[in-house]
Amino acid sequence: MKNSKYRKNEEKIFIMLMQASCGIILLIMGLILLTILRKGIPAFSWEILTSVPKGGFYFGGEGGILNAIIGSIYLAMGATFIALIISLPTALFLNVHLRKYRKLQNAIRLFIDILWGIPSVVYGSFAFTIMIYFGLRASLIAGILTVAVFIAPIMIRSMDETLKTVPLILYEAATSLGSTKFEISYKVFFKQCIPGMVTAILLSFGRAIGDAASVLFTTGFTDNIPKSLTQPAATLPLSIFFQLTSPIPEVRERAYAAALILTIIILLISITGRGISLRYMNNQIK
Amino acid sequence: MIVTLSLVILTPIVMCICLSVKSSLLFESLPVGKIFFTSAWEPSKGNFGFLPFILSSIFITFLAVLIAGPVCLFSALYLTQYARVRLVRIMQPVIDILAGIPSVVYGVWGIIVIVPFVSNVVAPLFHIQTTGYTLIAGGIVLAVMITPFILNILIEILRTIPSELSEATLSLGATKWEVIKHVIVRKAKPGIVSAFGLGVSRAFGETIAVLMVAGNVAKIPGGLFDPVYPLPALIANNYGEMMSIPLYDSALMMAALILFVSILVFNFFSRISIYHLERNL
Repeated sequence: MKNSKYRKNEEKIFIMLMQASCGIILLIMGLILLTILRKGIPAFSWEILTSVPKGGFYFGGEGGILNAIIGSIYLAMGATFIALIISLPTALFLNVHLRKYRKLQNAIRLFIDILWGIPSVVYGSFAFTIMIYFGLRASLIAGILTVAVFIAPIMIRSMDETLKTVPLILYEAATSLGSTKFEISYKVFFKQCIPGMVTAILLSFGRAIGDAASVLFTTGFTDNIPKSLTQPAATLPLSIFFQLTSPIPEVRERAYAAALILTIIILLISITGRGISLRYMNNQIK
Repeated sequence: MIVTLSLVILTPIVMCICLSVKSSLLFESLPVGKIFFTSAWEPSKGNFGFLPFILSSIFITFLAVLIAGPVCLFSALYLTQYARVRLVRIMQPVIDILAGIPSVVYGVWGIIVIVPFVSNVVAPLFHIQTTGYTLIAGGIVLAVMITPFILNILIEILRTIPSELSEATLSLGATKWEVIKHVIVRKAKPGIVSAFGLGVSRAFGETIAVLMVAGNVAKIPGGLFDPVYPLPALIANNYGEMMSIPLYDSALMMAALILFVSILVFNFFSRISIYHLERNL
């Protein structure tokens, strides 16, 4: 063939392009982590991690961001917990009770997939309207509820993905032993999928702790550690955001440290999730 | 169980109704043409022209997908067709970590790296002076943010293409690239388009990172080096004062509604076509 050389070269060029694309992605990932580390580590100190803002903190004064760290953890834990209460029954219902209704199952999956894409700022502004309607002020509980609604679709769909892999035989075996659907849900399907469930929960937790737009309206911001659900709370993403927009260099430095802390939290969650799913993958009945 | 399921299904419907009711106040006092097709944004005078924000959102989203699209497609093709298992094992956590990094961290990265890069390196090439807080900076940061998201969906879709098809083509003497070009990409086309569609809706709704790097000037952007002010940034920046000016709150809810509806539509069509693709294989 006269153009075989051309064909070979074409392939070579495109392979190079593809390798370059993979390289770019690896590079950018490295660049992001490197930037956060390089800017964050010099700005990091135990004071930032362990104290709340003192007077003049936002003008370069002393203090730390413990308020935001604790606030974020409260918020993410609360939201994940509420989302779990909503998501687990929904995902199990979808996979056990609706097993025979393929069309309905797929319609619900489609619906939840579509929900997944709604940006958090829309949830935030919706929650804010409701709060104004009832005359409520920004508080931890409002933030928890908003974030819970926002992460629920994510949690349901990732739980659903693991539940989908449960083999039909297990369902049939359990049914033949006379189990009710409720028992099948919680004793068979749930147990079988615990690693996947934990991964789903961690994924949602990561989402909850990293999201800023939905808590901007609902949780408010404060320099104190919240003592009750009705108080406003500071969150890490907002703390980063507010400090970074400051004109004073010391305050911006602290934003870098806060970004480092947030990134480390996210990385830890991600690694834990990965570890769990790898470790328990072999314990499942196939 | 049924209660939680209906709760999940009802929430967005309630949300949609609530936002529509709120923003309908705006329609009562201003003609539709004035809301969507003028660029006068003077809340205190009662002028709410959404055009600059809508255009900003569209431009920045388009730019982000334009940058991220080819990179994602090429990487996904490489990872599914050529790459060794080891590379895939390295890339998978990388993609997951990139997907997990919160948007505010991307924003920080954008301010530290991309904004100075645009202002010191890219802009001087075109003899333009900017602060760096521009459409192009926002587009790059957004592109990086949506990359893991698009890439994951693309890999998933490309894996569903049956290997018999490509094996048959290979046996006819095609090179591997020709298989990709003529068989895999053609077969996965609806899926690829949908993956980009989902990327669009992700980029369209992204708030904090964009707010941090895009400049936020309420004017119709004239070029890559102009600041932009997308809809999510508008909402996030002004919620504090929205109660003090009449109609301002409806205007912001209107912005949220625009986001909500357009993302819903985009997601709907993308997901539908992915479902069809997966069912037909």
